Amino acid sequence: MNFKLLYSVSLALLLARWKQTLVAAIGVTFSITMFITLLSFMSGLNDMLDGLIINRTPHIRLYNELKASEHQALTESEQYKNSHGFIHSVKPKSDRKGLYNAGAIISYLKTDSRVLGIAPKIATQVFYTVGSIDLAGSINGIEVEAENKLFYFQDYVVAGNIFDLKNTPNSIILGKGAAEKMMVQIGDMIQITNNKGEIFPLKVVGFFQSGLSEIDKVQSYCSMETTQKILGESGSFMTDIQVKLTRIEDAPAVAKYYQHLFGCEAIDIQTANSQFETGSTVRTLISYVVGITLLVVAGFGIYNILNMMIYEKMDTIAILKATGFSGNDVNAVFISIALSIGIFGGIMGMFFGFGLTHLIDMIPFNTAALPTITTYPINYNPKFYIISIVFSIVTTYFAGFLPARKASRIDPVVIIRGK
Amino acid sequence: MSKVILEAKSIQKFFHDPTTVEVLKQISFTINAGEFVSVIGKSGCGKSTLLYILSTMDTDYNGELFIDGQNMRNKKEYELARVRNELIGFVFQFHYLLNEFTVLRNVMLPGLKLGKYSEQEVEHRALEKLKILGIDNEALKKPNQLSGGQKQRVAIARALINDPIILMGDEPTGNLDKRNTDVVFDIFKELSAEYKQSLLIVTHDNEFAKQTSRIIEMSDGKIISDK
Repeated sequence: MNFKLLYSVSLALLLARWKQTLVAAIGVTFSITMFITLLSFMSGLNDMLDGLIINRTPHIRLYNELKASEHQALTESEQYKNSHGFIHSVKPKSDRKGLYNAGAIISYLKTDSRVLGIAPKIATQVFYTVGSIDLAGSINGIEVEAENKLFYFQDYVVAGNIFDLKNTPNSIILGKGAAEKMMVQIGDMIQITNNKGEIFPLKVVGFFQSGLSEIDKVQSYCSMETTQKILGESGSFMTDIQVKLTRIEDAPAVAKYYQHLFGCEAIDIQTANSQFETGSTVRTLISYVVGITLLVVAGFGIYNILNMMIYEKMDTIAILKATGFSGNDVNAVFISIALSIGIFGGIMGMFFGFGLTHLIDMIPFNTAALPTITTYPINYNPKFYIISIVFSIVTTYFAGFLPARKASRIDPVVIIRGK
Repeated sequence: MSKVILEAKSIQKFFHDPTTVEVLKQISFTINAGEFVSVIGKSGCGKSTLLYILSTMDTDYNGELFIDGQNMRNKKEYELARVRNELIGFVFQFHYLLNEFTVLRNVMLPGLKLGKYSEQEVEHRALEKLKILGIDNEALKKPNQLSGGQKQRVAIARALINDPIILMGDEPTGNLDKRNTDVVFDIFKELSAEYKQSLLIVTHDNEFAKQTSRIIEMSDGKIISDK
């Protein structure tokens, strides 16, 4: 087949009806633009929402859970070894809340190549004392550097310096919601009451805002040392070890391994936050469906225009066949017309899509819930561009397929004799 | 005796719509190289139908057709396209030039399709053909800028581009006035005399037919005289 010749014929037909062709191409351009914009925007939003959780959630959390002992006297007894025993109203035994042997666990984790980083934490319940009332709250004792490195702590501290937490003894970074309730400013002193009823004065060195207002109303951060002091525990006390892995997918397997190895509870991020993954998947699915629908509509436009072109160019097709072009040649001519529209429209759509997403990226987007976000989030993933160009070519090919087949089956005798 | 270039053996054709009618009844004849043949007959006698069968465009017939010694039956669609491209030149009542292309490009298209010569050679040959027909000055115009007679001459040039063994015409002067008819007829005569081009022209113009070397007269789907 002489492609150059066939291409010159398709080009001539295209240019002969350039307005219609342009309309068809604009249809493709529009749908590709919207497809890219939709996916980039939706995916940017997804990443942001996932980031809200994933950035702040350890891939694996090691902790000690208070629960009833699995080994009761009855089950250990030789005498009732072959019997089935029922014990009602078993209560958890009094146990320390901290992890056992935390120092050894940490030094082991530091040698594990799958681990990206670790941050110890003490989580404890307190009351913020405001005048005569107590507000329920919780304090996370953290190591500032480790927390910042793994969980971008700095990003959520909207006022004050995170390192003051470490450098100022007995200091606290209050949740924004809690601070508003207590009407305190940076530098003010607040009083908290621990679970044993002892009162501690703490200096406010900053505010943090997580984006989840329920958390901001109760949560605060102190240094490890301050928290240990509040609880009256030793310097090695910690309730959680937060682990970030190099590969998040490994989390369930590694968590299971650690649970067995260290004899404590270990929960992975996938188990703890499965609902977020579901949400992201559904949102992505919806944007793909909408994008593909747009493309299919554009495909119908191309189908119509090609059909019209075939009716208008019956004579041309007939004479091409009479002078020796085969059905396949005619087919190739119309397929290449369709593909040209698809490729041209698709490439234009990629440019416009990039432009539009860039524009959206510049629109201010300030929300109290998301302190680190200033403009609408956009994900400039080249994957979307590749998918869109592939889709535009595939859709236009199918849109051209039937008209091209029809054109290739035109009987020149019917056309020529009909004159 | 010169070489037989086209042979029809008992060609039979039916139209089925609305009722089955036998349009061509066992037509058999041969055409030798260099002959100038005209087919005449009343409207509806089947002469055009016969021509479209001979041109390989219509494949729905009984009987056998040989062009240049090859049997056209059992040939695939693209093989027949190749035969039309290489061996047959066709001129219709209407010129069927493509307005999207220049006159030169129109003439070149079948040549480019054949792919026997390079593009430059095809262009050169197309200009030669246009010169024979006296319209080489119009080569770069678009067909819609030409007069009816000129268009028909371009169509003849296009039919000749691949040096076909036979040039077929379906009332090629049917749309032309007297003067242009004469011009086209003179061209055919010149092609026949000087270039030994075989021609098969369907016409209802008896004046025209009389000047050809062989007249086949048809009536009611049969050949009634051949002289």
